[in-house]
Amino acid sequence: MLRALLLTLSVVAIAHAELCKPDAQNAFKVRISIKTALGDKAYAWDANEEYLFKAMVAFAMRRYSSKSTTQISNVLLCNVTDRVSFWFVVTDSSKNVTTVPGSEVEAAIRMNRNRINSAFLLSDKTLQFLKITSTLSPPVEPSTPVWLIVFGVVLCLIMAGIVFLVVSGIQKHKKKNKESTESENLEEKVEVTLENGIPCEALDLKAGRINGVFAADDERFTSL
Amino acid sequence: LSATPEIPKEDGRPKWDNKFQYILSCIGFAVGLGNVWRFPYLCQIHGGGAFLIPYFIALVFEGIPLLHLELALGQCLRKGGIRAWNTISPYLGGVGVGSWVVSVLVSLYYNTVLTWVMWYFINSFQEPLPWSVCPLNENRTGFNEECYESTAVNYFWYRKTLNITPDIAESGTLQWWLILCLAACWAIVYLCTIRGIETTGKAIYVTAIFPYLVLTIFLIQGLTLPGATDGLIYLFTPNLNTLKNPRVWLDAATQIFFSLSLAFGGLIAFASYNPSKNDCEKDAVTVAIVNSMTSLYASIPVFSVLGFKATTAYWDCLDRNIISVTNEFDLPEESIMRQNYTSWISFLNSSYPEKIARLKLKSCDLQELLDQSVSGTGLAFIVFTQAIILMPGSQAWAILFFIMLFCLGLSSMFGNIEGVFTPLLELQIISKSAPKEVLSGIICLISFLIALCFTLGSGSYWIDIFDRYAGSVPLLVIAFFEVTGVVYIYKIQRFSEDVEWMTGRKLNLYWQITWRFISPLLLLIVFMAFAILQMQKPPSYPAWNPKYEGFPMKEEKIYPHWVQAICVLLAALPCVCVPLVAIFQLVKKKHRNKDPNLVPPEVFSRQGANS
Repeated sequence: MLRALLLTLSVVAIAHAELCKPDAQNAFKVRISIKTALGDKAYAWDANEEYLFKAMVAFAMRRYSSKSTTQISNVLLCNVTDRVSFWFVVTDSSKNVTTVPGSEVEAAIRMNRNRINSAFLLSDKTLQFLKITSTLSPPVEPSTPVWLIVFGVVLCLIMAGIVFLVVSGIQKHKKKNKESTESENLEEKVEVTLENGIPCEALDLKAGRINGVFAADDERFTSL
Repeated sequence: LSATPEIPKEDGRPKWDNKFQYILSCIGFAVGLGNVWRFPYLCQIHGGGAFLIPYFIALVFEGIPLLHLELALGQCLRKGGIRAWNTISPYLGGVGVGSWVVSVLVSLYYNTVLTWVMWYFINSFQEPLPWSVCPLNENRTGFNEECYESTAVNYFWYRKTLNITPDIAESGTLQWWLILCLAACWAIVYLCTIRGIETTGKAIYVTAIFPYLVLTIFLIQGLTLPGATDGLIYLFTPNLNTLKNPRVWLDAATQIFFSLSLAFGGLIAFASYNPSKNDCEKDAVTVAIVNSMTSLYASIPVFSVLGFKATTAYWDCLDRNIISVTNEFDLPEESIMRQNYTSWISFLNSSYPEKIARLKLKSCDLQELLDQSVSGTGLAFIVFTQAIILMPGSQAWAILFFIMLFCLGLSSMFGNIEGVFTPLLELQIISKSAPKEVLSGIICLISFLIALCFTLGSGSYWIDIFDRYAGSVPLLVIAFFEVTGVVYIYKIQRFSEDVEWMTGRKLNLYWQITWRFISPLLLLIVFMAFAILQMQKPPSYPAWNPKYEGFPMKEEKIYPHWVQAICVLLAALPCVCVPLVAIFQLVKKKHRNKDPNLVPPEVFSRQGANS
């Protein structure tokens, strides 16, 4: 009895070893970088974590194919290194000693990638399934590009400034025109006789007035 | 007889609100984008601290004398570019026209550079920054190919901003986002220059002072970044051997010359609004020294950030190698750190050389990364933006950086526009009754319409052409004629008496010697060496071609013949104004001599100097 049991166990073990080895058919390599993801809060990778991993893969297979036939014992892990990295396969319990096709496993993992990542507090980069590419999420694009909004604000400020300056310039111009017409009117009202722009009363002074044109010319000529 | 300038009373000429505004405007004009992105590059490639020696020699013998000459000229004659040179001698009117043409050409393309700065500025308000991530390709399986092969930063610059064509002959289409930003930039220029120095004088307080604030903030931040000290040591370690290369001296001379914005006519215009009795000698020395000090001051944060970027790239390289080694040998995580990387590699190489060879590890060399030198738009829009992504709080740094660049460029634009505006105002192109706002509006509108060419797909190639040909050789020619015209035609004796009247003290021997001999000689040598070097350089340009085999390296293409003709035209047009106007005046004088009824023109020119 014991011998039969040992024999079946060893057969199963050999079968499993045949199914799960590096670069086996339908096997995937997983690479986990816990310290990179979590730093100080990193947990150690032990048998319990392996059990959780098997459970998550089984969960993914169940969700994907919606038949509840995949058991945790169907998921085989091997070649666990210190890295931490290992290979896994999913066996098919209905068919003897065969593995589930890689495409199915890949699709299942892809569909549930988020759930698997969060179970281990990791991300796509730190929990890598080496042959399974992750779909990249597109960046969130707002309906109006942000730069257009900023540009609108800047342009409004500039336009406001220009309008203000132009309007104040026009007002100043008008005021100057009004002032010059007022001073003209004022001059007309005051009846002062002018001779060369100088009021006649000033000319009556004995000292007289120096005519600037002739005075300036004196400096230009060399003195005798 | 010397034409003693009288103090005109109430001649209606606008004037500065105070002396500080004038000095600040000159400093703002001189301090521009080149101080930030050309001087540190030159320091780096020409032996670090050793470059300062030819730089200061050029400053003392070329920069300061020419600056003093221009400021004294404008202040003494109280006229802008064209009228001032007509007053010196009718035959030298071409110098004024030449510098006006250069100001026009430079204003056109300079504002387009500011357009790019504005585009980056308005894009800095997003999280994440648009130049930090590559967009996805159509079926969302990976990143956009062009972006993936180069970098996200390169992609944003060449594709999303410029939408560059692979060849200058292919014009591509007008980029509507650049047109919007160009319109905004010209609107800002119009807003600030709407009434000439009345409005620029107020705007300059912000645009000239703000960059110094930002540089200080970047200095403090830069020095705290890891790897900053490596960058600074690399920059300032003097390598005196480079001084044996004449190219270094040429670069120092041209850098000083172009950095001070000489021969644009803008400085003459600024100085013409001064009261006559003003110490232009002190002003010139102040402006020149502040400009050089700013270049030095700006190179410190630039190199801290470049050192930080090189160190981060080095660490990234190391980390990538570490990951591939760890994965290949399935070693536990964090067993190989950056410190023991080399010892691990040598151990593994001795035990498993084939495995290591198969990994194709990149060699990570910090010196090589520091050696990568970039200047110009590449420094601001590619290298610096990449470094900003790595800093915490990148949006704030990006916004500050681009506002600083915008202010630096805008204050230089004021000088350029003043160099265009003042001569037109004095020539009375539009009637005197029309307000100044109309003239500045017309200038800005026409410039905007012409500058639309630079928003085409091939626009940045054209800007490089304008920068290389219109903004370099003609300035040297014009400056040479400026110095020789004042010293030998107006006569240095007369000029030194004018300057003595303005500053209140006799002209130093230093000015006499530099104005008479050293500066003209230096300008001649620099012009010939520069022209020869430019002609020796093949007329080729680096094109961004995604279909090129060596992509992301740029493809060297030769300019087609029609483009080369335009290059020659751009360089020759301002220079040719000088002899053309002289010949025109000669012909006019001959006609006048034939007709004895006309009064000889010399009387008018002297009266012009007195008014």
